[in-house]
Amino acid sequence: MENKKHIYRKLFACTFYLSAFTFGGGFVIVPLMKKKFVDDLKWIEENEMLNLAAIAQSSPGAVAVNAAILLGHRIAGISGALVTISGTVLPPLITLSVISLFYAAFRDNIVVNAILKGMQAGFAAVIADVVLNLGSNVLKEKDMVSAIIMAGAFIATFFLKINVIYIILACGCIGAAKILIQMKKAQKDGEAQ
Amino acid sequence: MTLIKLFWSFFQIGLFSIGGGMAAMPLIQNQVVNMHQWLTLTEFTDLITIAEMTPGPIAINSATFVGIRIAGIPGAIIATIGCILPSCAIVSLLAWLYFKYKELTLVQGILSGLRPTIVALIASAGLSIFILAVWGEGGFSMNPQAINLVSVLLFSSALFILRKWKPNPIFVMLGSGIIGGAIYLII
Repeated sequence: MENKKHIYRKLFACTFYLSAFTFGGGFVIVPLMKKKFVDDLKWIEENEMLNLAAIAQSSPGAVAVNAAILLGHRIAGISGALVTISGTVLPPLITLSVISLFYAAFRDNIVVNAILKGMQAGFAAVIADVVLNLGSNVLKEKDMVSAIIMAGAFIATFFLKINVIYIILACGCIGAAKILIQMKKAQKDGEAQ
Repeated sequence: MTLIKLFWSFFQIGLFSIGGGMAAMPLIQNQVVNMHQWLTLTEFTDLITIAEMTPGPIAINSATFVGIRIAGIPGAIIATIGCILPSCAIVSLLAWLYFKYKELTLVQGILSGLRPTIVALIASAGLSIFILAVWGEGGFSMNPQAINLVSVLLFSSALFILRKWKPNPIFVMLGSGIIGGAIYLII
């Protein structure tokens, strides 16, 4: 029981501070979650984290909230999901409540702007670091299809600005087709012998 | 009545914004500015700026901001709950399906196609932020004068520190904010 309480507390603390430091919303919380839950705490594996991220991205709503629900659910069931939802939602709720009271002053504050601009560069470096790790892991699998999917998906989203949903659907289908072809081939080889 | 309207508006925003981030923006504008006139267009633009400058998903930030202006703290809470309720239901269902069927070969195949995609999406998000940090709102340009050298310096040293010592990324971001903030205020 004590142990469970400890997990809830840790889950809440982690999601709370990840959410408090994730600027811009959207996908950027995923690399931070990966660093915390996969690398530091070792509660889940890297592949599983990427699977959860794919589900979070393909569901409606804020990706950060979706990812938090999935992580909480995976680690500590429904009550874990409730804990991670509150951890993720509270920081923006509190910050925005305070800011909305004097938002003109905040928007024009030189010091706030300077610090936020500085954090942007650090933030870009954090994401670059995670991309280097994840990307080299994908290439280490020495699977041509994975490497092509990675390059193709990057071009499709960054340069062609194709809706993320279509990219996810297409890449899921490619993955399924790959497995089906492999299975057919294995069957044929089996018959040949 | 206002609370119910707030709840229902943000419920729809939560339900129909797929892909997160900026994808939710037009939906929020439609509900908040056009349909209900809770904010003027200028206030809405301010909201986007603030939502981008502050942590947290844009949809949640908007729900709080609009909710508190229309109906105070209860408004903020109701709007936020409305916004995350659809995700909770749908994601829980998908999570259940995933944990139940993840051992199936076909599901394994689909997931093996999705994992490199997610890496590409993270890379794309990261590159957008990098371009914003180095070139500003104008986006990438060949003109060397458009490059923000402070950002380049912060980015390279932060990346070097991260690769070499693997510290907690939050400290790297905070450090970069404090050092960068000090430099910007001095020059």
